[in-house]
Amino acid sequence: MTGRTETRLWIAQRASAAVLALCVIVHLATLIYAVHGGLSAAEILERTRGSAAWLGFYLLFVVAAAIHAPIGVRTVLREMTSWRGRSLDLAAVLFGLLLAMLGARAALAVFGWGAVFA
Amino acid sequence: MPDERTLEVKVWRGGESGRFQAFAVPRRASQTVLDVVTWIQRHLDATLSYRYACRVGMCGSCAMTVNGKPRWTCRTHVDKVADGDTLTVAPLANLPVVKDLATDMAPFFDKWAKAEGRFVPADERPADFHTVPPGTRASRAANAGIECIGCGICYAACDIVRWNRDYLGPAALNRAWTLVNDVRDAGNDVRLAAVAGDAGCHACHSQEGCRTHCPKQINPTASIAGLKRATMVAAFKGRL
Repeated sequence: MTGRTETRLWIAQRASAAVLALCVIVHLATLIYAVHGGLSAAEILERTRGSAAWLGFYLLFVVAAAIHAPIGVRTVLREMTSWRGRSLDLAAVLFGLLLAMLGARAALAVFGWGAVFA
Repeated sequence: MPDERTLEVKVWRGGESGRFQAFAVPRRASQTVLDVVTWIQRHLDATLSYRYACRVGMCGSCAMTVNGKPRWTCRTHVDKVADGDTLTVAPLANLPVVKDLATDMAPFFDKWAKAEGRFVPADERPADFHTVPPGTRASRAANAGIECIGCGICYAACDIVRWNRDYLGPAALNRAWTLVNDVRDAGNDVRLAAVAGDAGCHACHSQEGCRTHCPKQINPTASIAGLKRATMVAAFKGRL
């Protein structure tokens, strides 16, 4: 892969990391706050249903994770194993798509559209 | 007055495969590791191969692995690194061994060439001396890395070099960064393309093994971070 593509992947991973840092903080803070308030999972979902803001937030979270993780996993595999080339690139893309799909499914369930994918 | 103690020195003998050979060397005040190796070669075994030139920390040719760490042996005092009265001396890691303590430095310097580590004059026949304004960000960055003596210690200390044999390594990338910041140089488009990617600056994990061991207190990790920024800017400008 060319230096230009590798540089773009590096930029994408750095940028997605910045988004993830913010998303993880918001996610964990909300989680701890809600649980400390004594809410059950069902009660939390009751409150998130129909919220476009939470849907947007978690879709952003999912997109960032789906960009960030495959690039990192690809790098780790290239360093720790002898796997290189197109097959590895393709596997990383598929891994990213899988994360995006599973994540979107969860985000939509938080919004209340879970039944569509159930 | 000579020290009565004796130093037990284990020295690597052979090439890629070989074994450690033990020698007893008299301990002296202010003795360097290079003094010890030289003493063995002059008094105990004339067939011991090693490399040195200046003996004062300028030429970068005497680097070896001393008690597991890469060091410049001419400026390393035995008192500072000996484990009691024992010393283990091996060739630099991550480089092919020619014989005993001498490594083949060709892969190391080939990577300087691959990183476009040569000066490309912007003006072939300048009418006057170039002015390099002192105190600018670029001149400070170039100054920070320019004292490299090419000893290969950072290259031997780098885990990424160990994992990825194509990785250009800290010294070559540091050299590229000094040229990126050289106002007289015109080779940056080619240079940044050469240092981008998984064999270049983007492979660095910023573990700072290079910085920890550099005898000249250079921080190649910072230089590599600079290259990451420079390649990012070049990518955004469509020049990569």
